[in-house]
Amino acid sequence: MTDASINTHTETQEAGFGDYFALLKPRVMSLVVFTALVGLLAAPNAVHPMIAFASILFIAVGGGASGALNMWWDADIDAVMKRTQGRPIPAGKVTRDEAFAIGLTLSVFSCIMLALAANIFAGLLLAFTIFFYVVIYTMWLKRWTPQNIVIGGAAGAFPPMIGWAVATGGVSIESVLMFTLTFMWTPPHFWALCLFMKSDYKDAGVPMLHVTHGRRVTRNHILVYTLLLAVVAIGMAFTGVGGPIYLTTALVLNGLFILGAISIWRRTEEVAEADNYKREKSFFGLSLLYLFLHFGAILAEATLAPYGLGGW
Amino acid sequence: MSFKVEHEIHHRRFGRNVGLALTLVGFIAIVFGLTVVKVTRGDYEPEQARIQN
Repeated sequence: MTDASINTHTETQEAGFGDYFALLKPRVMSLVVFTALVGLLAAPNAVHPMIAFASILFIAVGGGASGALNMWWDADIDAVMKRTQGRPIPAGKVTRDEAFAIGLTLSVFSCIMLALAANIFAGLLLAFTIFFYVVIYTMWLKRWTPQNIVIGGAAGAFPPMIGWAVATGGVSIESVLMFTLTFMWTPPHFWALCLFMKSDYKDAGVPMLHVTHGRRVTRNHILVYTLLLAVVAIGMAFTGVGGPIYLTTALVLNGLFILGAISIWRRTEEVAEADNYKREKSFFGLSLLYLFLHFGAILAEATLAPYGLGGW
Repeated sequence: MSFKVEHEIHHRRFGRNVGLALTLVGFIAIVFGLTVVKVTRGDYEPEQARIQN
């Protein structure tokens, strides 16, 4: 090995600030921030803007910390899958030990800070969310059962409940329903992605539903979960966080989502491959809009309520 | 005339240090803001003092 080669190696190992930030999964963090904010603003109790801002920030940091711990544990499969090869650890920019240290430090930090800024219950709920995502989903379910994403999806569904807990200090039927909406949305959203990611999960040895039970079963599951999701999503319109805006949004979006799921269910693998999974990709795109607009409608109801326009 | 050529790695380290500094400054500002809000709202007053007031 020459001096030049040693220098080149060192150069690729030096991480920038952005590489450490990428450990926190910023795109997932944006969903966490948005849904937690909606949970906080939809709650009946008003929160001081400074406390609300700090709480959302600490929830985001907690979500990011669990992302870093997920990358630490899954570094081996991230290196195999095309979708995740560019992440900081497989790309050789950050070491596993660094990711572990950052993830653990930020986890403890975010929970304590949220408990101090808002209340102890919110801090404990954030701690449970991190535990659920890292230990229950990442370490246990992900490599063990094809139901990994169904049960593990709960981790991503907790943020609106935490936001609600920041304002109220507890749990209520509305916050549980907001949790259920994201929980039921995760399987069809993720399975649609799996259908067009082809062999990624198989190569990594992750027992996703389409790997263990085939694509036909996955298509059936997408339809069933989409129908169950529609019941939850439309039912929410008649609770304290719903109203005419939410009901209209839910009816339109669930109609479109069910049509998309039926279209995926009716397709054979040959037809899907012929058009490069066009329907599956558009269903996945719609699923992102679906969740954003549902929570956006809840936010609209909460924002307009003081003017006599939101809610029933 | 300076012969000291800055390597790309120094830029990256500088960016990392600036990022960390801004994060710490932001954290101090948040803790300060939270303290002001909680103290002015009387969150830390003992129960007895609140009853007397």
